[in-house]
Amino acid sequence: MAEQLNIPREIRIIESLFDPFQLQKEYQASSLKERTDYGAMVSFIGNMRDFNEGDIVSSMELEHYPAMTQKKLDKIVDQASEQWAIQNVFIVHRVGKIFPGEPIMMVAVWSAHRAAAFDACRFLMEELKHRAPFWKKEQLVSGDSRWVDKNTDGYSKP
Amino acid sequence: MSIKIVYFASLRETMGRASDSINLANLDQTTLSVQDAWTQVTGLDEISTDVLIAVNQEYTSADMLLKEGDEVAFFPPVTGG
Repeated sequence: MAEQLNIPREIRIIESLFDPFQLQKEYQASSLKERTDYGAMVSFIGNMRDFNEGDIVSSMELEHYPAMTQKKLDKIVDQASEQWAIQNVFIVHRVGKIFPGEPIMMVAVWSAHRAAAFDACRFLMEELKHRAPFWKKEQLVSGDSRWVDKNTDGYSKP
Repeated sequence: MSIKIVYFASLRETMGRASDSINLANLDQTTLSVQDAWTQVTGLDEISTDVLIAVNQEYTSADMLLKEGDEVAFFPPVTGG
């Protein structure tokens, strides 16, 4: 069943360290204030690992295409809201320099029931990974730096 | 008016610059596709399958015809998230 379009959403691209739990709490307190119709909230937080492809990574630089990023993420939220009965979406993504252990991004979805929240959150994550114009350049402890080739398929088993 | 070409990530580094501009009035041809624009700026024939294309911030294919004022972006596979 096609669901509503233009569901409330907030998409934030930020250049500094953020606390995903704090932002979720603030978002929920302001954007879902006095609402009691949501029965589920699912969120995904992506953190920076200190290893990749067998090497130790000391930091990374995240680049994006500012004019396209917001537009693309908006479209991905629209696609999710066409497929699932979701109520609100909140996406935060870092750009700039990031260190191991720091959160890179967060997707949070609110809906009446858990199935829509789980499935839409997964869809948003995979679409963001494969369609949103962000690129990571890793700085290795060896002193070398390299661009990450491509994102893996999130549905394949590790 | 012209067509703006922008590059990102490893492709920007390979190009050695972040953008180019093509003035349609200076060309012999009356229409310009994304493929033609690629050849103009890189001197290469084919757009590698590893290069993604966006025109006016929407994904598209190499055969799309361009018009004055368009912004064409060439970039490698995205790696956010």
